[in-house]
Amino acid sequence: MSSLLVGIDRSASSRRAVAFAAQLASESGATLHIVHVIPWSPYSFTSPAENDQRGVSKHQEIATAEEQIILPAVAVTAEFSVTPTTSVVHGSPAELLVSIAAHLGGAHIVVGRTGDSRLKQALFGSTPVRLIQIAKTPVTVVP
Amino acid sequence: MSAPSLTRLPAVSVDEAISNAMTPVADFISGIIFYSVKIGNPESISYIEFPVIVVWLVAAALFFTVYLKFQNVTGVKHAVDLVRGKYSQPSDAGEVSHFQALATAISGTVGLGNIAGVAVAVSIGGPGATFWMIMVGFLSMSTKMAECTLGVKYRVERPDGSVSGGPMYYLRDGLASIGKRRLGRVLAVMFALFCIGGALGGGNMFQANQATSQIINVTGGEDGPLGQWRFVIGLVFALGVAVVIIGGIKSIAKVTEKVVPFMAVLYVLGCLAVIFTNFTAIPDAIGQIFTGAFNPEGIAGGVIGVLIQGFQRAAFSNEAGVGSASIAHSAVKTNEPATEGFVSLLEPFIDTVVICTMTALAIVITGTWRDTSSAAGVETTSAAFATVAPWFPILLAVAVILFAFSTMISWSYYGMKATGYLFKDSPRAELGFKIVFCFFTVIGASLSLGPVIAFSDAMIFAMAIPNVIGLYLMARIIKKEIFGYRAKVRSGEHAMVDQ
Repeated sequence: MSSLLVGIDRSASSRRAVAFAAQLASESGATLHIVHVIPWSPYSFTSPAENDQRGVSKHQEIATAEEQIILPAVAVTAEFSVTPTTSVVHGSPAELLVSIAAHLGGAHIVVGRTGDSRLKQALFGSTPVRLIQIAKTPVTVVP
Repeated sequence: MSAPSLTRLPAVSVDEAISNAMTPVADFISGIIFYSVKIGNPESISYIEFPVIVVWLVAAALFFTVYLKFQNVTGVKHAVDLVRGKYSQPSDAGEVSHFQALATAISGTVGLGNIAGVAVAVSIGGPGATFWMIMVGFLSMSTKMAECTLGVKYRVERPDGSVSGGPMYYLRDGLASIGKRRLGRVLAVMFALFCIGGALGGGNMFQANQATSQIINVTGGEDGPLGQWRFVIGLVFALGVAVVIIGGIKSIAKVTEKVVPFMAVLYVLGCLAVIFTNFTAIPDAIGQIFTGAFNPEGIAGGVIGVLIQGFQRAAFSNEAGVGSASIAHSAVKTNEPATEGFVSLLEPFIDTVVICTMTALAIVITGTWRDTSSAAGVETTSAAFATVAPWFPILLAVAVILFAFSTMISWSYYGMKATGYLFKDSPRAELGFKIVFCFFTVIGASLSLGPVIAFSDAMIFAMAIPNVIGLYLMARIIKKEIFGYRAKVRSGEHAMVDQ
């Protein structure tokens, strides 16, 4: 295992996933990449007023995620003396994690078990479930 | 978008006062914009009235179709690929996609013109009008391509990342680039002023008026429980618009934007249901459309009369040449202006060739266009829907209300951008426009303002005068942009992205 990819959101299980992956990285010497995917689809419907502000909103969303999601996660990895690389991207979470993992040369994917609301999970299935169906590299789901 | 039939209401004193004050002004402006060439004796069957503005729009569509070498035929596949994101870079994620720009523009265009306008065309021009309507739908794709390519090319991107585009910007900056600075400024200001008028009128009052009429019709007419409550219905509409455009309640805008495309699909399915319920009449209806197009019987003005009806309603429905959609298309994330030009080809196709044709087929097949007992308009389409099931017109009413609402949201935005252009993006001026807009929603819904609506209709088509002049003058820029881009696609410089 040369690289680890942790997909995170605001949930508590995400924090546990980061801790788990950081420990694994410090023990195995693998590199660690932390990513937060902002759910976004090119096929969603938007209003014209939203559209002309979209560029502004995109930057704000990324800045907020960096501050509120990525920074706390990096703080967790510091406890294990691991220095991760990070990114915040827009798109479909499971699909993007798979493509980033491939981009990192076949990274092992680590995610928390819960994240989406119960209703959303019931309707669309959760990101971990989708991930297990489509991943081309090993996936660890942390409870 | 135009006013096919205006609902007559019991005389109200305020209504009359406003109408009386507006009539001379409205007649004057309407008379100029809708100036018609009259041929023959008004008493004879061969008498023709030819509104010059329609010729203006159709001529531009024809010119750009030939000048751009039939991109409306050869470019459609590429347009679909662009919408499907095959050329989108991963870094474009989170920005406005081609699909989103197209969907937003369509929800501003698909409206009462597709339901009421088509009914008027077929009622007056007979089934043959459908044929000419489809022809103009095809040609209009080229005008739309021209204006949307320019919209993206000359849009203004601010340091914070927000974008403004549309005819006022390309008229000003595009014409300045070819040494016509002063003309460009004048045309841009003219466009912005007409756009504000069009937004308040055709994009607002007319929509509110017709949607309110539909609500009253399906609840039992003037004698029904809502018959005397036009003002209140108008207030509800205005409140709905206000929370979206002033309150910035994105959720309502989002819901509308989501519901409208489904409604459009549902409407098309509704029409298909009408068509297939009467499937034995299909061959005959198609026969009527073709014979009616070239050899009409009993239609005023003969072939030319039919042609004008088809041309007029198609041009009024898809707004190609008016320039409005260019404002919506300009927000797209792309480095190649021509990409949005290609994508915008699909807009008149969906609006006119698909949706308007569906309405026309439903009316022709059921024969409701022959019924002269009620005014041609939504009623005609509603009668066609009623042949499937008694409750079917309710579906239509819901579609009308939602189409009207989304058109109002879109046009409030167009009007706001025009205000922003005139007042250097002053937030106070934009807010002022929004408040006036909501006020006009109530007026539009509660009063029968025939002359005011005729006036606002004229304003929308007035937008086509500065816009199309600009398009002709910048035709070379458009051609260079589109053909340069096609060469890049051919050479692989602009290649598909591996997904």
